[in-house]
Amino acid sequence: MVQRRRLLDFLPHLILMIGVAIVAFPVYVAFIASTWDAATISNGSMPLRPGPHFAENYYRTIFIGTSSSTREPVGTMMLNSLIMALTIAIGKIAISLISAFAVVYFRFPFRMTAFWIIFVTLMLPVEVRIFPTYKIVADLNMLDTFAGLTIPLIASATATLLFRQFFMTVPDELVEASKIDGAGPMKFFFDTLLPLSITSVAAMFVIQFIYGWNQYLWPLLITTKDNMQTIVIAIKKMIVTQDALTEWQLAMATAILAMLPPVFVVVVMQRLFVKGLVETEK
Amino acid sequence: MSEVRLQSVRKVYPGGVEAVKGVSLEIADGQFCVLVGPSGCGKSTLLRMVAGLETISGGTCSIGDREVNEVEPADRDIAMVFQNYALYPHMSVYDNMAYGLRNRGTPKDEIDRRVREAARILEVEPFLERKPRALSGGQRQRVAMGRAIVRKPKVFLFDEPLSNLDAKLRIQMRVEIKKLQRALATTSIYVTHDQLEAMTLADQLVVMNKGQVEQAGAPITLYERPMTIFVAGFIGAPPMNLLDMPATGVPGLSLATPVAGPVTLGVRPEHLELSAEAGALAIDLTVTAVEAVGAESYIYGALGGQGPEIIVRIPGRDLPAIGTSLRAVARSENLHFFSRETGIRLN
Repeated sequence: MVQRRRLLDFLPHLILMIGVAIVAFPVYVAFIASTWDAATISNGSMPLRPGPHFAENYYRTIFIGTSSSTREPVGTMMLNSLIMALTIAIGKIAISLISAFAVVYFRFPFRMTAFWIIFVTLMLPVEVRIFPTYKIVADLNMLDTFAGLTIPLIASATATLLFRQFFMTVPDELVEASKIDGAGPMKFFFDTLLPLSITSVAAMFVIQFIYGWNQYLWPLLITTKDNMQTIVIAIKKMIVTQDALTEWQLAMATAILAMLPPVFVVVVMQRLFVKGLVETEK
Repeated sequence: MSEVRLQSVRKVYPGGVEAVKGVSLEIADGQFCVLVGPSGCGKSTLLRMVAGLETISGGTCSIGDREVNEVEPADRDIAMVFQNYALYPHMSVYDNMAYGLRNRGTPKDEIDRRVREAARILEVEPFLERKPRALSGGQRQRVAMGRAIVRKPKVFLFDEPLSNLDAKLRIQMRVEIKKLQRALATTSIYVTHDQLEAMTLADQLVVMNKGQVEQAGAPITLYERPMTIFVAGFIGAPPMNLLDMPATGVPGLSLATPVAGPVTLGVRPEHLELSAEAGALAIDLTVTAVEAVGAESYIYGALGGQGPEIIVRIPGRDLPAIGTSLRAVARSENLHFFSRETGIRLN
């Protein structure tokens, strides 16, 4: 029996380890590639151990950029991506909190209509409405601006839905107690509802930050200047298909750099994130 | 002065449901008024209208000399204790109690003084820095009370505050609420469906049914002279025996002075005694079940062998065997007669 149980313990671990290897190996290769020079990579015999050019490659990537394709240091692009992802995440959360608050706690005409209209926009992500959205942004002279980059992505039904569901689980007596305690609607929102939603907000932040960071199509359309590019686009642009030599070590360094902020956000917020999705603190 | 006066207060919900159908009540300054009734009788709605959490559809509600129909809950100078306590989960016990005062701009040292005083009275001082979820049900209840008393309001409103507690704690808290209310002498309105709680706490007991006041008065008056069948059946445990008596009389039941017409006769289990002698009322019954609860016992019997069930309370544990025929008698002052059509008291 003991033998058997050991086997049963061992098998899941083995399966998990294989899974981790499948996921992690390409990342490892990318990291290794970012520590060698271009020649070693392109002659097809790159060793699977870290090379000597780590500092040099990363320094060049962050502060100088590739010599041909993108012409901007990746540092700038990371900053662009960071601003975009943060604005999208924070903007989405702020708008969703307020709209969910309105839908749940206020009785106004066409309240449910408003809610259903928000709900229906779930079916209209940017990719579907890309032409009209582009037209509007262009007409408003928001091309190549952070506003143009983020505002069309901020309106969000998912977060509104999540917060609405959460608010509906908050006991009505808390609202009533607040009323009796002399707290108006906004005071209730900031003093009670927001602190209670903090785990949901964290969960939403993780999801939306990654969503924003990974945006590809929209930034590709809306940015024309090099200094407005985001890092995700930069990776693609670095891999040139024409005659020029792709500087793989820089492309890989960029890929690694592009991974870091989302990983950082997930690691830091993980506990809150899981809590926000599975349990509510009431 | 902080008396509460309700004048033909009505509540009609959108959709036409009339939850409260014209209730008039006067609750004197410092009085403990208990609203009791079955669920759906409108007692909570009435309380919430006094609190300002429900709009008043008709009539007026005044606290002190001020009509408060259109006054916001926060400006009515009331404090409310909710059934599920409604403590702010993310705030410490101290902040829970201080919140209402802070919102009113009370000076910091005054808040501190009042919170600590309330905590001392309610014995929650050791928990001031804890979050509500780290407290037991009884402690949360105390904090909820503390939140009410720090405000020094004109009126306390209690919405079934003890129904989430276990039986033992409920009795203990009941006594404490009563003591606290006596000490503070604050006008209080208390909603419950537990008639024992209602009897023990109330200065004025208001029995409600279907959105109307059935009877209001001192608890003992309601017990001794229920004015309607509903009150008779609601107040007292085990409930009063209520027997429909057609003009032709009931087999197994004899009255010394016969009553004319179809009536409902009520007699409390504790007013029936087993005796061979003749009384104002004599009932022959066959024992169907017995319950010994310790100091007293209840005998369940069928009137005249197969008629409606009668409950008799006897002292001690000297129980008759099931199937025995017994005679129970009651004195004339303990008989209640009600009209069968209107349910109103006749004698």
